[in-house]
Amino acid sequence: MNTLSLALICIGAALSVGLAGFGAGIGMGNGLRGACEGVARNPEAKGTITTTMIIGMALCESIAIYGLVIAFILLYANPFNAALGL
Amino acid sequence: MEHPILFISLILQGLGLPVPHTPTGHTFIEQLCTPYMTYTWLVMAFLVLVPRLTLGKMELVPGNGQNFWEVVIGGLMDMCVENLGEKGAKMLFPMMATFFLYILVSNMIGLIPGFTSPTANLNITLGMTIIVWLTHHFLGFKFHGLQYYKHFMGPSKWLAPFMFLLELISNFARLISLSMRLFGNIFAKEVLLIVLFMLAGAYFAPLPILMLGVLVSVIQAVVFVLLSVLYCAGAMEHPAH
Repeated sequence: MNTLSLALICIGAALSVGLAGFGAGIGMGNGLRGACEGVARNPEAKGTITTTMIIGMALCESIAIYGLVIAFILLYANPFNAALGL
Repeated sequence: MEHPILFISLILQGLGLPVPHTPTGHTFIEQLCTPYMTYTWLVMAFLVLVPRLTLGKMELVPGNGQNFWEVVIGGLMDMCVENLGEKGAKMLFPMMATFFLYILVSNMIGLIPGFTSPTANLNITLGMTIIVWLTHHFLGFKFHGLQYYKHFMGPSKWLAPFMFLLELISNFARLISLSMRLFGNIFAKEVLLIVLFMLAGAYFAPLPILMLGVLVSVIQAVVFVLLSVLYCAGAMEHPAH
């Protein structure tokens, strides 16, 4: 059991989801700000704006989801496990 | 992470059936007894029985139960009509409404202690995503025939090879993003609830996460169905140029 590579894998997994979430959080916040301003300016368009915002946020979120996929791959299905002797 | 208490698994263990302690079992019986399978059946039974019991006889002046279901189904139908048009909505509505109700109930059921969300398993979300993905390609071929490839070629003739590659990758990424979004959100909710319950369950530590969980459950169900409807609408409409 190689402790150092295990620790590095864990750090890599945490960083991948953490950094992806950082960027996605900023993006979703920007989108929410735009939607709020839109609703404040034109309250009648609330329904359309909400739907568009939810779709946009879901698409922003998928970037964070890719980070989560990488984290899961690193932790549970690491392709280099055999080479590392884990 | 192992769930602390699961009622159906305890009952099945009491009956002498092998309940696996890994996400998926090894033998066929074990695979049938995994929590995700048993709780899926619970959700299915709930969705079959509860409307039967609450709906009663259809009347012109609706009672309580019929009123509730009319609001739910009517709202879903409005959303489908908005994105797909009258004809497409009639065709796709049964599938999308089934997805919505199933995802909503199975997300919500994880908030009750002793139950787990079937959607916190990648197998189930990936299964649903593959159904949606195949359906939207089927609709594309049905509405456009072999001309469907034009959807992947982009607006300009010179850029077509690059656009084709790009569109192909983004189309396959739908498989990952749609399934992992639902799975990731619900799995995170479940794990957070278990951890907080184990840390300080007696002091109502999971309470804020339970409230957040209600919000996440509804939003993720809406997002899944809305994106499926949009994919189908995108495959059915004419290509961009």
